[in-house]
Amino acid sequence: METSTSTMDAHRPIFGLMAEFADVTALIVAAQRTRAAGYEKVDAYSPFPVHELFDALDVHDRRVPLFVLLGGIGGMIAGFGLCYWVSTIAYPLNIGGRPFNSWPAFIPVTFELTILFASFAAVLSWIMLSGLPLPYHPVFNVERFAKVASENGFFLTIESDDPKFDRHGTVEFLKGLGAREINEIAH
Amino acid sequence: MDPKSEREQERIEDASAPKPERQTYEHAVEPPQYKEFPVIEPGHTMSSVTEKISNVVLRGRHPMGWFFAFGVGFLLFNLLMVSIAHLLMNGIGIWGNNQPVGWAFDIINFVWWIGIGHAGTLISAILLLLKQDWRTSINRFAEAMTLFAVACALLFPLIHTGRPWLAAYWLLPYPNTMDIWPQFRSPLIWDVFAVATYGTVSLLFWYTGLVPDLATLRDRAKSKVLARVYGAFALGWRGSARHWQRYETAYLLLAGMSTPLVLSVHTVVSFDFAVSVIPGWHATIFPPYFVAGAIYAGFAMVLALAIPLRKWYGLEDFITMRHLENMAKVTLVTGLIVAYGYAVEAFFGWYSANAYENYMIFNRMTGPYAWSYWTLIFCNGIVPQTLWIKSLRTNTTWLFIMAIIVSVGMWLERFVIIVTSLHRDFLPSSWDMYYPTFWDFSTFFGTIGLFLTLMFLFVRVLPMISIFEMRTLVPAARVRLPKDPAADIDVTFGEPPPEPAE
Repeated sequence: METSTSTMDAHRPIFGLMAEFADVTALIVAAQRTRAAGYEKVDAYSPFPVHELFDALDVHDRRVPLFVLLGGIGGMIAGFGLCYWVSTIAYPLNIGGRPFNSWPAFIPVTFELTILFASFAAVLSWIMLSGLPLPYHPVFNVERFAKVASENGFFLTIESDDPKFDRHGTVEFLKGLGAREINEIAH
Repeated sequence: MDPKSEREQERIEDASAPKPERQTYEHAVEPPQYKEFPVIEPGHTMSSVTEKISNVVLRGRHPMGWFFAFGVGFLLFNLLMVSIAHLLMNGIGIWGNNQPVGWAFDIINFVWWIGIGHAGTLISAILLLLKQDWRTSINRFAEAMTLFAVACALLFPLIHTGRPWLAAYWLLPYPNTMDIWPQFRSPLIWDVFAVATYGTVSLLFWYTGLVPDLATLRDRAKSKVLARVYGAFALGWRGSARHWQRYETAYLLLAGMSTPLVLSVHTVVSFDFAVSVIPGWHATIFPPYFVAGAIYAGFAMVLALAIPLRKWYGLEDFITMRHLENMAKVTLVTGLIVAYGYAVEAFFGWYSANAYENYMIFNRMTGPYAWSYWTLIFCNGIVPQTLWIKSLRTNTTWLFIMAIIVSVGMWLERFVIIVTSLHRDFLPSSWDMYYPTFWDFSTFFGTIGLFLTLMFLFVRVLPMISIFEMRTLVPAARVRLPKDPAADIDVTFGEPPPEPAE
């Protein structure tokens, strides 16, 4: 197995180190071992979602469903509130003596707005909790990453502000995991 | 042994005979293979899938078929522009609507288009929840179809008001100078909310699905400008596990919410009819029968689009016979539900013992519009029965013809429901005939033009198949973890990924 390492000017601070792995299983095992070795600021990149990676890196953000629930409740209140306010307060119309608050007729609008608000919450929360939109990120400075990360590349990064990070020791550690190519990530 | 089963054989051997050093891995032994068409032809890798789909957009030489379909679509789209201009200048008197047929092509076309959109959501949301992996290669353009069909549908309620800028106050709740608010007890206002929500949520769902693929296009685009444009829409996506986890959660939740939404939309559309007291409309069968009809019409439209597209762009590896056959099966099942709906309508007409209901069904079958009723029964009741036969179900030419017949049938269904119920209502003195005018037809065919124009522009600028989901179907995407996490395994096994082709 060949491992190529490119080093930049040793005095310039770097964002971190990036290692490329041969396939998805190798990346998962590498992620598990990196975490087991005590590294905290670790991220893994794959061209499709990999559940085992979520477990390996212990990323389980439960805020997305929470925001969706809150959005749904908000939409429900907004929908019913709108119908109620319009039909009983702002513009009450007596139709055959039926009650102004004829709630069964308000259910369709309430339901639709529940879904609408919850969907917006879902989309906005996955985008914003992930820190997107983000016009620049250092990982794209690695040529190989910019080329194949969205096609068939499997990458692991360890950031330089990790307490265990050591510019040379971490390279050796990544080599030991069987990385194909290790790059320093420029800021 | 014919070439197909030979390939199948190779696939079985490839999957069930792992290399010796991989035998300790948990998922190395495949479950027994079914004797069905594959969801993706064997031999594809993550690179080849990425390349093939993104090249249609980035380096595509577009086939003659594209120019033909887009050309026809664009011509009809111009006809739509002329029709709308004429309508806005002269009012809806240019249409054949009269008393008693106050609703005609405008609502027929609206319901028809909305129904077509439903298959897209069914494929992308319901089949996702049911873990049907064959949805993967058809969901993207089926969702695009949903969006464009909803756009065509929305046009009709908008322009049928004649002066849309004067209609906003009774459609949307906003504080206006007249201090008038919409009537929330009316199915028409439910419709506004249902369709607007449906269009918006479909767009959000579609865009969410597109983001990782936009990142792929960004990384593969040759020109800087193109990379910037795709990059802006990709939001800086980099495929981090942290992103994927939130992304998957959100995507699954969106699917979960779209499922009741899509059922509610056509239910609400059917309430436009069912809540009124017109004979032939005032029936509890309407919501389920409309939803089934919507899915039926939608799958027919997906087939009608998928069959030429896969041929023109050589995507037979991804949109395989498996997809076409499964779609044909869904069409058959929903077609049977629709046929049941017709039977129940006729039964109600008789069993209600109501003179108006009785006459309505009699008039439908034998009156001046009987031709449309019987053509409808032929198109929706008889033609889909050919799909019981496997050789017809897997014959692309027949599937395409059948899809067109079904689309015609579903349009006629709405014509029959609307026109035959309205043209002879309670008082014989107000009976009249309805004849569409040139402008009725030009507006309708114009929206088909709008639909084709948008659809064929879409296949040029965005990947028509979800690339990242296709990657999960190739053998290299399979995770082969050891049973014992502490076991010392060689993590470098496997071939290094091939260099992406330029």
